[in-house]
Amino acid sequence: MSSPTTVDIAPTMRSKEERRLPWYHLVVTGLAGLLVAIALLAIFDALSIPGAILLGFVFHLLFGYTYSRIREGRRWAMERLMTLVVIGAFAIAMFPLLSLLWEVVGRGLVRVVAAAPTPFAFWTTDMSGIIGGADAGGVVHATIGTLLITLWASIISIPIGLFTAIFLVEYADVGWRKVLGKGVTFLVDVMTGIPSIVAGLFGLALFIAFMPDQSVRMGIMGAVALSLLMIPTVVRSSEEMLRLVPMDLREAAYALGVPKWLTIVKVVLRTAIAGLTTGVTLAIARVIGETAPLLLTVGMVTSVNWNMFDGRMSTLPTFINQQYRAGSANCMSDTVTNPINQEVYACSISTNIDRAWAAAFTLIVIVMVLNIVARMVSHYFSPKLSR
Amino acid sequence: MAAPQPINVEDLNIYYGDFMAVEGVDVQIRPRSVTALIGPSGCGKSTFLRTLNRMHEVIPGAYAKGKVEINGEDIYDPRVDPVNVRRRVGMVFQKANPFPTMSIRDNVLAGVKLNNRRISKKAAEELLERSLKGANLWNEVKDRLDKPGMGLSGGQQQRLCIARTIAVSPEVVLMDEPCSALDPISTLAIEDLIHELKEEYTIVIVTHNMQQASRVSDRTGFFNIAGTGQPGHLIEVDDTDTMFTNPTNKQTEDYISGRFG
Repeated sequence: MSSPTTVDIAPTMRSKEERRLPWYHLVVTGLAGLLVAIALLAIFDALSIPGAILLGFVFHLLFGYTYSRIREGRRWAMERLMTLVVIGAFAIAMFPLLSLLWEVVGRGLVRVVAAAPTPFAFWTTDMSGIIGGADAGGVVHATIGTLLITLWASIISIPIGLFTAIFLVEYADVGWRKVLGKGVTFLVDVMTGIPSIVAGLFGLALFIAFMPDQSVRMGIMGAVALSLLMIPTVVRSSEEMLRLVPMDLREAAYALGVPKWLTIVKVVLRTAIAGLTTGVTLAIARVIGETAPLLLTVGMVTSVNWNMFDGRMSTLPTFINQQYRAGSANCMSDTVTNPINQEVYACSISTNIDRAWAAAFTLIVIVMVLNIVARMVSHYFSPKLSR
Repeated sequence: MAAPQPINVEDLNIYYGDFMAVEGVDVQIRPRSVTALIGPSGCGKSTFLRTLNRMHEVIPGAYAKGKVEINGEDIYDPRVDPVNVRRRVGMVFQKANPFPTMSIRDNVLAGVKLNNRRISKKAAEELLERSLKGANLWNEVKDRLDKPGMGLSGGQQQRLCIARTIAVSPEVVLMDEPCSALDPISTLAIEDLIHELKEEYTIVIVTHNMQQASRVSDRTGFFNIAGTGQPGHLIEVDDTDTMFTNPTNKQTEDYISGRFG
């Protein structure tokens, strides 16, 4: 008796030629591709490691596809090709990031750890009295400046941005409020495109207009300029997060007799908090590395200034800019004397460049820590679905 | 507490912006009984239900005109705060919607907690137990009250939502197709619950399931719509037995006997 299933199964069985090959066949085609690439490059006298890897990958695609086409059939060959293309695209995307981290950690961390006169002195000293190629000095003033200015920019931007987003999502539904909402959305889009230098000029012009002293520079001016860049990012990301909160939950709260404002505070914001935190962190990360507006509004200084409302401040990006532009130091003698406390330092030609890298490393560490904190907040507050 | 009064709806027109969705509803809903609303999709029964606790106007541009008297007070009087109406008229939705950020305990106490009302720990525990027992859920969840409400099964989530609704002690409970996403066992659990709840609450339930309407309700209302773009009308309201055996209106009879359209 023939059951109908046997008839159906037979054609779906793979023929011998269509069976999948084990993974090590890929290694063989990969090595072959690499060898061909090296040989070709050697013939044209252009041998280099990146060149060999890139060209080798291209040949690997070619060989792998052809080999797989012959042994495994057309469908699997295409699958192998696409898998390799996707992995290749990923590797190309990751390369700049990894090489950037490698370079900054390599140059910056080494300098931070080996800082003169004691390890990690780079994070505990400022630049007062550091002249010439003195192998000393640090970024405590710039770090405090960056943290303070970013904190104030966040204090200004997060409430404005969040309240704007709440208005757009919860209140701009009908009538004049809808019209206003559309206008606000348009202006926020325009604001997203403001170049940072223009934001800096705005911050400068705003304060100069009200100050008797035209050369006034204050931390708060920088914070205002940065908040101009931060607000649209906060509005956009928060708006999207609030729209993701299902209408069901709002209605559930309304049906319990909860007023709208309490529903927004305790249900909508509470449910969206993980996404809101991520959005705010991204906005902070975007402005913490801004250089141009801070050069204009905050200026530079060599020592710690805690006062946001009086005098210039140093920040990490402007510090990096200044140190790197200073370039190689001119070492006339083996030592440099600090005119303030008469300490004597060794002279190092590369000291300015080293400080720039170490400051860049410091900035990356700050952004990393911020991201980790935000991740923890999102993880801790996100809706729990487990049983 | 005074003797419960019926809900009186007089000449109620319901709109979505310029579009009139339901026209001229006149009905009296008996207290401490179950009233089922049946009818084809889009005929306005859910819309009508949502006007009974002023949830309809939550949708942008939506409003209702007419009179809805609950306990002798017109809830569409301009002086009435919809928030207060919703505290007295609770609602259970088609899709179970426990708050995802809250535990089972917090979900039941949401009406108290979200309103920032102070309540002693003892009173909260009593309210929690009473509400969960009232929703026939206590035995299933009493050992995991601090686990997330979203971790329950669909039927349990819906009963959690009922517990949450009765925890604020409403006079009326509105149910918008509460069983349409549930399996027969969970549906049975909820129908049994409805039978118990009507001792204390006035219940209005929208359902697509005519067997369910005949099983749970004392009275049934039939909504119908003349065609797309036309407003829905309440065709007929009567005792459930009469509606399903001997309806007065031809449309009702066609719908109930499956000869519709």
